[in-house]
Amino acid sequence: MRIAISSTGKTTVDLLNTRFGRCEYFQIHDTESGEVKVIENKGQSAGGGAGILASNQIIDENIDVIITGNLGPNAFELIEKSDIKAYKCESIVISSVLEKYNKGELEEIQMSGPAYHGGGK
Amino acid sequence: MVEVNKMEMNIAVLSGKGGTGKTTVSTNLALALKANYIDCDVEEPNGFLFLKPEVDKTEKVMVEYPIIDKANCVSCSDCVNACQFNALAKVKDEILLFEKLCHGCGACEISCKYNAITYQKRQTGKIESGKVRNIDCSRGILNVYEPMAVPVIRQLLKNISGGVNLIDCPPGTSCSVVNALKYASAAILVTEPSEFGLHDLKMAVGVVKMYNIPFGIVINKDDEKDNIIKRYCREEKIKLLGTIPYSKNTAVLYSKGEILYDDPYHKALFDELSKEVKDVISWN
Repeated sequence: MRIAISSTGKTTVDLLNTRFGRCEYFQIHDTESGEVKVIENKGQSAGGGAGILASNQIIDENIDVIITGNLGPNAFELIEKSDIKAYKCESIVISSVLEKYNKGELEEIQMSGPAYHGGGK
Repeated sequence: MVEVNKMEMNIAVLSGKGGTGKTTVSTNLALALKANYIDCDVEEPNGFLFLKPEVDKTEKVMVEYPIIDKANCVSCSDCVNACQFNALAKVKDEILLFEKLCHGCGACEISCKYNAITYQKRQTGKIESGKVRNIDCSRGILNVYEPMAVPVIRQLLKNISGGVNLIDCPPGTSCSVVNALKYASAAILVTEPSEFGLHDLKMAVGVVKMYNIPFGIVINKDDEKDNIIKRYCREEKIKLLGTIPYSKNTAVLYSKGEILYDDPYHKALFDELSKEVKDVISWN
């Protein structure tokens, strides 16, 4: 299983970033191989549609689970349609995020949070 | 050939900071100058609340968006990659459109090798126009929930008639203001003597300077002292066109939706201001 976490940095001692579309990095943890891949989120500097750009990257990486703070309406639609499960977590270190996920302590994101986009103004 | 009697003078009224008095200055100055009034603040056009013209013409504002023909689409993602506004996304074998983000630029249609993309139009706003006290008034209205003001502003200003036009701009210094300024032959910057007012005024001055058009500053809610805006005007050698003193009476008239120009004290004030404006922004 491939788990993507929106994060502020590249290591497991960095914090989860609760913003999905505008986070700095996505850390991708492969539970089978134990490999970790870090990708820069192109959405962080997008003029508009950051959530869509971030989702496109997640979809391209064949992710099964995304852990973040909230998903905006556009990102939520894309993630849901791609059959990717989304879980909510507060801003804690990535190692603790994974621990919580493994223990089944994270709540699934069932609906989108508020829209922040300016729509490419 | 240019017809001399149809000479056009478009004066943009902008501010940087919101709530400094753009609409107050533009509506009353339009009456003092017998100029046409155009409300470009399409997200919250409020000039008609004061002028109250009778609207006799309404037209739709339409924008284009792509339609993906599923029979021809092979889900290659070329359109998704071509879109600079992130309005397209690929999910499984389907291309999804987020129409509110679409700028109608046509890049996706050009990038598609399979002729799967055509364009359709949808309405995002409207233009209203009418007359009051012998001046022409028009305004753009952006539909609620639509994020893009520029197509409405463009259509509103494209059809501007000759003569003197006062363009009531949106606040800020973003695309909306930049687009309104494209049609301006002069500008009036309205501000207030506060740190916030000065900060945003500096940004607005920076934008106006790119257009090489004559401009001046009006201080609203003026404390009638040597304040930070007056010092800024002196240092930067920018013409101070006039001031509107901070007064309870002004606020009372405004809050009732009354026209300040109908009140003798304010009439004198705006007549004086119109003289200064004609002086700095000379025409005829």
